[in-house]
Amino acid sequence: MQTYFIELSYLLASILFILGLKGLSHPETAKRGMHLAEFGMLMAIIGTLMHHEIVTYTWILAGLAIGSVVGLAMGVWVPMTAMPQRTALSHAFGALAAALVGVAEYLKGAGHLDTVTMSALGFEVMLGSLTTTGSLLAFAKLQGMVRGTPMTYKGQNVFNMLLLATTVGIFIYLVINPGSMTLFFIMAGLAFVFGLLLVMPIGSADMPVVMSLLNSYAGLASAATGFVLSNKVLIIAGTLDGFSGFILSILMCRAMNRSITNVLFGAFGSATTAGESGEQQGSMREVGLEDIATQLAYANKVVFVPGYGLATAQAQHAVRELADVLEKRGVTVKYGIHPVAGRMPGHMNVLLAEANVPYSSLYELEQINPEFATTDVSVVIGANDVVNPDARDNPSSPIAGMPILEVDRSKSVVVLKRGQGKGFSGLENPLFFKPVTGMLYGDAKDTLTRLVQAVQHA
Amino acid sequence: MSHESLISALYVFALAAFLGYQVISRVPPLLHTPLMSATNAISGISLVGSIVTAGAGHSTTSTILGFVAVVCASTNVVGGFVITDRMLRMFKRRDVTKKD
Repeated sequence: MQTYFIELSYLLASILFILGLKGLSHPETAKRGMHLAEFGMLMAIIGTLMHHEIVTYTWILAGLAIGSVVGLAMGVWVPMTAMPQRTALSHAFGALAAALVGVAEYLKGAGHLDTVTMSALGFEVMLGSLTTTGSLLAFAKLQGMVRGTPMTYKGQNVFNMLLLATTVGIFIYLVINPGSMTLFFIMAGLAFVFGLLLVMPIGSADMPVVMSLLNSYAGLASAATGFVLSNKVLIIAGTLDGFSGFILSILMCRAMNRSITNVLFGAFGSATTAGESGEQQGSMREVGLEDIATQLAYANKVVFVPGYGLATAQAQHAVRELADVLEKRGVTVKYGIHPVAGRMPGHMNVLLAEANVPYSSLYELEQINPEFATTDVSVVIGANDVVNPDARDNPSSPIAGMPILEVDRSKSVVVLKRGQGKGFSGLENPLFFKPVTGMLYGDAKDTLTRLVQAVQHA
Repeated sequence: MSHESLISALYVFALAAFLGYQVISRVPPLLHTPLMSATNAISGISLVGSIVTAGAGHSTTSTILGFVAVVCASTNVVGGFVITDRMLRMFKRRDVTKKD
């Protein structure tokens, strides 16, 4: 009876989770979908509390209380600009939980685990451990506690591969001889180290891919937990998470025209790849704020192209204000969002939504590109590689073939940039040297606020 | 794990993978960040495993491991859902946002 109730609560939760994710196919249905998923989670937890193996509730309730308070605090106070960091941290938590449950299960059944359970357990602990440390390092890089540039050394890939091979070797040995506890913990330890080494050589600009991959690993670790505990809802939820992360990593890679292998082992954006695009002719043309304000005020169509610089400058509200002023004058305002702009998938969309930009004004790459030809002014805010025409025109460029936002086809381009430095990839951007382009240096938020005033007086 | 339960677990895994692919490839790029935090919250369902580990009292070690796992997983569940809701509330259509 009790078992039936628990299993039914899990079945209900699984159905509600799927309906919840289905709701995310449109902003209008998303909120209701999430409420369904939340209800499903509640049911599954209540069901689990009736499990016959539970003898004491002290630690369960204490854990739930602490976790809920921490989760609530993070959920309410984390600013939208810090969303990538928060997500990285939650990947670490999810993966750690899976790894710890795996270790506990191993200790419980030590010695007499069958091959199937041991294989699932090994996967769980290995994936869980490497995702924990990998995500923590990603968090540190995103938070700026560790330098965002790739950390490389000679023989790095060979060393990493050897370490991975050793870890997998121990795993296989354990499947055959589950009894050797020492080796089990060595495997977990090596996986922890491997997680760090995996993320070390990856630069900030590639974070969207890494975030998606870690998301996928954390999900698969949960799914493996489901295999260990023969728990279907865990398998379903873990697989959904794992596949979601996997699909996102593929989309992100496609948006950069690179393979996952290249992202993981290419150490893209390190000093060694810089300077390959060769000498650049001409000079950058700096323009005055007043000129730009006049151009914007008398334009028919303006397209804003945000990048990570928008997030660092916290300039999302200032952009919206400028857009409001322009729209009041009858100017059509649109936003072109590149899939890998920012540090995680969808980063820019969330920031602009926070600033009350209606989602109907946010356009994807394929939708906005045909529009640039009829655009009077394109305003690039803290974006670099995603508007680099070299990706389209120069087959020898390291980013050749990457789909870009073709702002250089518009009548005029304004680039808001903090300084004259290069982007994260270290590449020269010919867009900045084109005759249509004007550079406006300074803090994006400050520049935009001054533009608002100037447009009002135009 | 018996062979029957392994087979049925594999069925569940394979079907969930197909379903996940179908459902998730329909999520527009606009909602990719909420998608990530939502799937994160949902995979916090590993909480149910942690709860049993923390409460079963097999040994002090497994209780401690279970306790830490419960903290981590419930942080993800609560934090993930709260933040997803917060983000989704911000996505508005044009007419609603005209005056805020």
